[in-house]
Amino acid sequence: MTATAPETEAPDTAGLEAVFEAAVAADERIEPRDWMPDAYRATLVRQMAQHAHSEIIGMQPEANWITRAPSLRRKAILMAKVQDEAGHGLYLYSAAETLGTGREELLDKLHAGRQRYSSIFNYPTLTWADVGAIGWLVDGAAITNQVPLCRCSYGPYARAMVRICKEESFHQRQGYELLLTLSRGTPAQHAMAQDAVDRWWWPSLMMFGPPDDASAHSAQSMAWKIKRHSNDELRQRFVDICVPQAESLGLTLPDPDLRWNEERGHYDFGPIDWDEFHEVLRGNGPCNDQRLAQRRRAHEEGAWVREAAAAYAAKHGEATA
Amino acid sequence: MTTVVPERAALALGDDALVLSHRLGEWAGHAPVLEEEVALANIALDLLGQARTLLSLVGDEDDLAFLREERAFRNVQLVEQPNGDFAHTIARQLYFSAYQELLYGQLAASDTVFAPLAAKAVKEVAYHRDHAEHWTLRLGDGTDESRRRMRHALDALWRYTGELFEPVEGLPVDGPALREGWLGRITGVLERAGLALPEGPQHTPWAAGGGRQGIHTEPFGRMLAEMQHLHRSHPGASW
Repeated sequence: MTATAPETEAPDTAGLEAVFEAAVAADERIEPRDWMPDAYRATLVRQMAQHAHSEIIGMQPEANWITRAPSLRRKAILMAKVQDEAGHGLYLYSAAETLGTGREELLDKLHAGRQRYSSIFNYPTLTWADVGAIGWLVDGAAITNQVPLCRCSYGPYARAMVRICKEESFHQRQGYELLLTLSRGTPAQHAMAQDAVDRWWWPSLMMFGPPDDASAHSAQSMAWKIKRHSNDELRQRFVDICVPQAESLGLTLPDPDLRWNEERGHYDFGPIDWDEFHEVLRGNGPCNDQRLAQRRRAHEEGAWVREAAAAYAAKHGEATA
Repeated sequence: MTTVVPERAALALGDDALVLSHRLGEWAGHAPVLEEEVALANIALDLLGQARTLLSLVGDEDDLAFLREERAFRNVQLVEQPNGDFAHTIARQLYFSAYQELLYGQLAASDTVFAPLAAKAVKEVAYHRDHAEHWTLRLGDGTDESRRRMRHALDALWRYTGELFEPVEGLPVDGPALREGWLGRITGVLERAGLALPEGPQHTPWAAGGGRQGIHTEPFGRMLAEMQHLHRSHPGASW
């Protein structure tokens, strides 16, 4: 798509909108310099910011176990994973920057509680097996959500997602392998793995968002091809993938209603506790305050470092320009 | 090339890398800027890789990391010092990476069992040193506050630097050359940053041989307690 807003005349909005709609309809990518509706831009910034924030808040529950990882191999894998998440945060903040919203502004909104991150990170990592459950279930759910985003209509976001999904699928396999080792290990290790899956299963299903009939942003995002599948469709896809994997792991999923439905060709599953979902979203999850407080603290305690770097660059930028 | 691995030397180098990697890993989720989350993790991962290679020369890496008592660790006290603020972490990195780069440079050219590892690691460590030097310049020549913090950190850790140059059994390095090269390097960076070379002794009076002899500082015991707890809670388990 090449249409850009004329710089000197008042833009012909209707004409530009038609070009935009045609590009979306033809599955072309919208690029940063292309004209786009304000609401499309705002939706993307909101979604990319939430995604970036989720990456950096999501470092906390896993970093919680870096210093206690039980083998050097696992420690290396976990450190690399948490590092990847910081890297994903960087790509996503950069992708959001292409729409004119800088990282500092987005971080300020996160710290002020005015932008969200994925609620899943408001649950605590209580044992080592939680690291595996996050990899298998949380990263698995994230991939199910994110693979379609590689075809998102906004170019920079789609391209960032290609790279992120490759790394996420690596993390998901590592999580699965960690759980498999525990499941086949000592009885205590097996119990640790089962307990973690019991605690992370339902919150993982909530990661797909509210049911389709209650999802505020879904319809418009689907029309703009920012989103390609509905929340319920993706949730079903995830359940269908996980059930056989749980069997291979030798672990059970904590849902007595989970069974294969021949007619639908999918697994049926029990009702999700949406009250819990909304409570956590409202800030009443087990770790909401803790996660945001740590993020704010790191940012505030690092202010003098960022100021020093800026002062140094200002002094020496001139000298070397 | 010698085929017998000098155990003391392998543990000294391996424990330095293991312990510093652990300390850097404590930064995850707490760094002042996202780019430093990536950079500090990168350095921690390089060091952990070195530690695993070195410890595996003399035993099972996990047995050595998780089942030794504090007094059996041979790392220098410098690397076990708590992270403190970002300036302390950078000062610790500056002192250690300058030493490690020169040390590995010598070992890479030696006919010891450490030569292949050192040849590979010296490239990683050159980046660690570069990272620490850049931050020393930014903090030293940034704001009044960053300058004050950096000076304080350099002074506070200075007393742990003398230990870097003490001879280690089985490690054929030219100690005086190492010390001279290190001092030249540090002096040069601090001059560019407008910071004075710390004064005072490079040893604590009570060090009694220091980390290379298994004498550590109080924070190290707590660090090991955290690092070893889970592994020790499940004797014989695989992870």
